[in-house]
Amino acid sequence: MSESSGKKIADQVGASGLALNEKLLWERGRPGRSGMSIPDAGVPETPLPAEIAGNGPNWPDLSELEVVRHYTRLSTWNFGVDTGVYPLGSCTMKYNPKINEKMASLPGFAGAHPLLPDDACQGALRVLHEMERLLADIVGLAAASLQPAAGAHGELCGMLMIAAHHRHAGAKKTKILMPDTAHGTNPATAAMCGYREVKVPIGVGGKLELAAVRELMDAETAGIMVTNPNTLGVFESELADISALIHERGGLVYADGANLNAIMGRVDMGKMGVDVVHFNLHKSMSTPHGGGGPGSGPVAVGEALVPYLPGPRIQFDGERYFLSDAQPLSIGRLHGFHGQFGTALRAYSYILSLGPEIRTASGLAVLNANYIRAKLKGHYDLPYDQSCMHECVFTDAKQKKFKVATLDIVKRLIDLGFHPPTVYFPLVVSGALMIEPTETEAKEDLDAFADAMIRIAREAEENPDILHAAPTRTKVGRLDETLAARKPVLTGDMTRD
Amino acid sequence: MKELDELLLPDDVRYAEDHEWISERAPYRVGVSDFAQDQLGDLTFVELPDVDKVLAQGDEFGTLESTKSVSSLYLPIAGRVTAVNEAVQDDPGRVNGDPYGDGWLIEIEPANPADVSGLMDVEAYKKHLEETN
Repeated sequence: MSESSGKKIADQVGASGLALNEKLLWERGRPGRSGMSIPDAGVPETPLPAEIAGNGPNWPDLSELEVVRHYTRLSTWNFGVDTGVYPLGSCTMKYNPKINEKMASLPGFAGAHPLLPDDACQGALRVLHEMERLLADIVGLAAASLQPAAGAHGELCGMLMIAAHHRHAGAKKTKILMPDTAHGTNPATAAMCGYREVKVPIGVGGKLELAAVRELMDAETAGIMVTNPNTLGVFESELADISALIHERGGLVYADGANLNAIMGRVDMGKMGVDVVHFNLHKSMSTPHGGGGPGSGPVAVGEALVPYLPGPRIQFDGERYFLSDAQPLSIGRLHGFHGQFGTALRAYSYILSLGPEIRTASGLAVLNANYIRAKLKGHYDLPYDQSCMHECVFTDAKQKKFKVATLDIVKRLIDLGFHPPTVYFPLVVSGALMIEPTETEAKEDLDAFADAMIRIAREAEENPDILHAAPTRTKVGRLDETLAARKPVLTGDMTRD
Repeated sequence: MKELDELLLPDDVRYAEDHEWISERAPYRVGVSDFAQDQLGDLTFVELPDVDKVLAQGDEFGTLESTKSVSSLYLPIAGRVTAVNEAVQDDPGRVNGDPYGDGWLIEIEPANPADVSGLMDVEAYKKHLEETN
């Protein structure tokens, strides 16, 4: 037992302070109150035409200070990566360096209007053009597009290109392979492209095996969707051979880049036989994540899919950057204007800040995950006991006999000042606890997190009721997740009396 | 979660490997076992097929969604859907509270009623649970 896990609760990272209550906006304010007064401009009031006039929604009448206090108070109930350790597996909640925000707020970028003609936004176009090049280089592929607005959109873009490629070749495809460790978005994406999902069972080591793919890959199969490293944090070491087989049988390989943080600048996706991979800039490239991001899900492609990239593409003729629609096979536009420009810009800032050291970031992410794995191994069940990539997956199997489940363990973590890891995913692991510390946590923080987990394992044995009641030190206790899912209340009262 | 010996496993239904149950005689109701509802946790959404849909053995007939995960439902034997339990769609908690009673999911007309006896009885299902857990 580690020494600090015996600490008094008051000495843990999570301490209690004064938490201010806050009402809904609808319960604040008074009729007639407003944020600003508009001076009389001498223009006569003209009523709206009857066909569009109505009572309108019941917006609350509030002063500026009421609104500021409302959101500031709510923000103090929040927990973010700027507050503490946030090891949410599969989500890569790394720190977002503030220099990214500084670059994104440069007036030339922040003030650029999306309708500017190409000649008036050469700097912004250059960022986008170079960003495409950088992303393609990081994974060793031929070209990239920044249009997809988020990870699932990037998946859709990748699969639409694969479908377009097969259609152009006149090949009839009805199915797509995916391992049973796949993210839930993968089957949804396949269905959107008209493909039926065929599950490939994973092998004993938690990874895809060539033999299993060989059995299922046939002429009607469009290819495979594979996440590498996979959702168990295991590197798919047979992928190059699997890709060769898929190509030989007329398919293409889609790589889900959700877990790119483990392999940035280290794995050549081209050599691994990948035809298209998506990125989550809001994960691997340190742009804001959660709370609306917005996300960004660029794709990089090998030569076979370059003609199908979304258009218009950003071209450079040696003197100027311009948007070009000159690609007859393009799947077309996936996003208005220039995509999530602010997000691409922050990611560009991140990539240039690190330079070739981006590979070190991945190395440290893997080291940190293995450190946590090794520290917690004796205390929690580790279903795939081998070195991991950027995340490790434990279960509640050792705690079950004390009637303690994964949910109780992670709710107790909140009391101790840490954000819970991802739970009950991947689905192939019962009671999964998926921990992804990322490279930005220092050793002291990793130790504090591991100590808290070890303390919880001891509490599960000695006093499981503490875990069943957790969290008790937060502003509100354990929320009724079932009621919230069954009867969600998403707005204030919008109806007028 | 429940230990195996705490599970409610009635002996007048038959069980499938994917943890669905079916009545031994007409009306042939189909639901999920106490083990399945306990593993899934509190259900928040139930998706069921249209009445009159004809399904083969092992076909997906719906999904159960809980706060933890989403699971597909597979039909233990071939048949035509004759009724769906609309009450569980409005109140998915019935599946957790009474998986063999109020929490039934669909009724079918089996393509071949004799198929029912090919499924596991309670003793065989208990053994299946012991071996797989």
